[in-house]
Amino acid sequence: MNVPTMAEMMAQGKQPEVLFWVGAAGSYDDRAKKISRAFVKILHQANVDFAVLGTEETSTGDAAKRAGNEFLFQMQAMMNIEVLNGYEIKKIVTCDPHSFNTIKNEYPSLGGKYEVYHHTQFIQDLIKQGRLKIEDATLKGKRVTFHDPCYLGRANEVYESPRDLIRRLGVNLTEMKRHKSTALCCGAGGAQMFKDAEPGDKEVNVLRTEDALETNPNIIATGCPYCITMMTDGIKFKEKEAEVVVKDVVELIAEANNL
Amino acid sequence: MQYLPNILFIITLIAGIGFFVMNIRKISRNIKLGKDIDRFDNKSERWRNMAMIALGQSKMVKRPLSGFLHVIVYVGFVIINIEVLEIVIDGVFGTHRIFQGIIGDSFYAFLIGTFEILAALVFAAVIIFWTRRNVANIKRFLSKEMQGWPKRDGNYILYFEMVLMTLFIVMNATDSPFQEAGIGNPISQFVASLFDGFSSGTVHFIERTSWWIHILGILVFLNYLYYSKHLHILLAFPNTYFANLKPKGQFNNLEAITNEVKLMMDPDADPYAMPEEGIEEAVPEKFGASDVADLSWVQLLNAYTCTECGRCTSACPANLTGKKLSPRKIMMDTRDRLEEVGRNIDENKGEFKDDGKQLLNDYISPEELWACTSCNACVEECPVNIDPLSIIMDMRRYLVMEQSAAPQELNMMMTNVENNGAPWQYNQQDRLNWAKEE
Repeated sequence: MNVPTMAEMMAQGKQPEVLFWVGAAGSYDDRAKKISRAFVKILHQANVDFAVLGTEETSTGDAAKRAGNEFLFQMQAMMNIEVLNGYEIKKIVTCDPHSFNTIKNEYPSLGGKYEVYHHTQFIQDLIKQGRLKIEDATLKGKRVTFHDPCYLGRANEVYESPRDLIRRLGVNLTEMKRHKSTALCCGAGGAQMFKDAEPGDKEVNVLRTEDALETNPNIIATGCPYCITMMTDGIKFKEKEAEVVVKDVVELIAEANNL
Repeated sequence: MQYLPNILFIITLIAGIGFFVMNIRKISRNIKLGKDIDRFDNKSERWRNMAMIALGQSKMVKRPLSGFLHVIVYVGFVIINIEVLEIVIDGVFGTHRIFQGIIGDSFYAFLIGTFEILAALVFAAVIIFWTRRNVANIKRFLSKEMQGWPKRDGNYILYFEMVLMTLFIVMNATDSPFQEAGIGNPISQFVASLFDGFSSGTVHFIERTSWWIHILGILVFLNYLYYSKHLHILLAFPNTYFANLKPKGQFNNLEAITNEVKLMMDPDADPYAMPEEGIEEAVPEKFGASDVADLSWVQLLNAYTCTECGRCTSACPANLTGKKLSPRKIMMDTRDRLEEVGRNIDENKGEFKDDGKQLLNDYISPEELWACTSCNACVEECPVNIDPLSIIMDMRRYLVMEQSAAPQELNMMMTNVENNGAPWQYNQQDRLNWAKEE
């Protein structure tokens, strides 16, 4: 698929409308790569002039910061900011709420000031501008529940954008008992993704999967590659793979639009 | 001799308030042990938060039952305190129900009648609170950190309120002229009949005794605050005022590190540069927090404000899945340690003498800190905007940057970030491969 890089753009003397920040998960994790590709398909369908940093992109430092390594975080942040400012980036979109939060909130005081969007916000804008339409026939009638990623929801109070998109799919959106500001974490945040959990009587992702299964869904939708991993593992643990799929909102849109 | 009660009253009042002020000064001094942080911006938003969250209890009522009961006790407490003003004036000048003469019978009747109804409601609410804490199996009141003193403390407060409300009603019930007037006694008139067979002298004695124990009880309760979790009735106001206004996901960037990183990345920096003449070489800053003095004064204020309700812990994903972490315990530990440091300063003539202890390890274990998912559920839940997560993060920073004591897997993750720009061991050059696959 055609994914132009900033370096190529610059060589042609072009400045894209928006930079797609792919993030480490979206670049390397096999499951999350599908989300990146689904989003690119949507960008193409809406004729969005975008680019990625490609091999010039590096970790935002979010995981390092949450693990307590402020030094490593700021090193990563400053390297990224140097590259982003070098390309005179103004607008960034990402499918990763952790990158979204870090670039939006933690980069400005280090010299990186950009308009930052979560992909669900960005797609919502595309629809509002009439550049994209969501087909509501393909997934019609499916039972969907939405798991709020902590770094999108509580951390930045973005609760409505993903829900608005889901409703446009013509599906039946059912909320879990803990949702929006009271949503339970999937268990991956704060660098937990990269380590085993401390001793306890249950895994957080299993508890959250139980929340989701109570709504008897066909689809668990979310907006974060790490949540996808945790919820998918939870579904496997509960042996519900045959009945329930875990999808990013953008994958559902791509599916609905037959992309 | 006729002024003896007045004099006794004034002495008691001054002693009671004086002792309280002395202790409040200690709290203020202890909070100031914290590091500086600017929370004096956006004054209008801060006032609004205080009005909504502390005064208006907007976050309390997110849990309807306990929120509703709390509003009753809170409103009752604030409004009944108008009566305390009358009691104080009566006590000082030897008057009796001085407001009645000033504001007139009907308004006075309305006022005292309202107080009586509120007192009855508070009494009922407090009974339900007691039942919730002691009989109903509500998980957040049964946690490990709530055993012993915290549990007793919670109950003592409820007993105090029960006794004070009872005394207020009894005091009115045994005030014969007040009962004979028959106004403003919607509750106490029923209690008054209990004393029907008593001589007027006995009834008057009970009235005086209730009056005295009531005001003494209030002074004791006031001074109990300092030793108790109940300080929130005062500190909830500054705490909500000074709370974080930024997005919850935004963690602070340590400035000392920014300077070092900038220096490292500056190609023109002279690695052998000497500090400029006249500028004292700064003591290398400690990264993160291992003890209370490494935290900010807002975090310390948070610790004193916490009333151990446990809503944070009941929403914490780590705690819900049986891990050792409890955000409430983080706050309780911080306060306990801060009080220990405060006592140390008192005992050593204003200087802290190293006691070989610190917040980390002696109170909070790394296991608790590493169980946090940084999900902000605890911060969101707190009815008075306490931020346990910021303390957890500052302590992680100390563990990682001062002690290199991260869990092994996290060290591997960080090494990967350092070497190949991703938390996993992938080649930086493969970063765009996802676009070529399908």
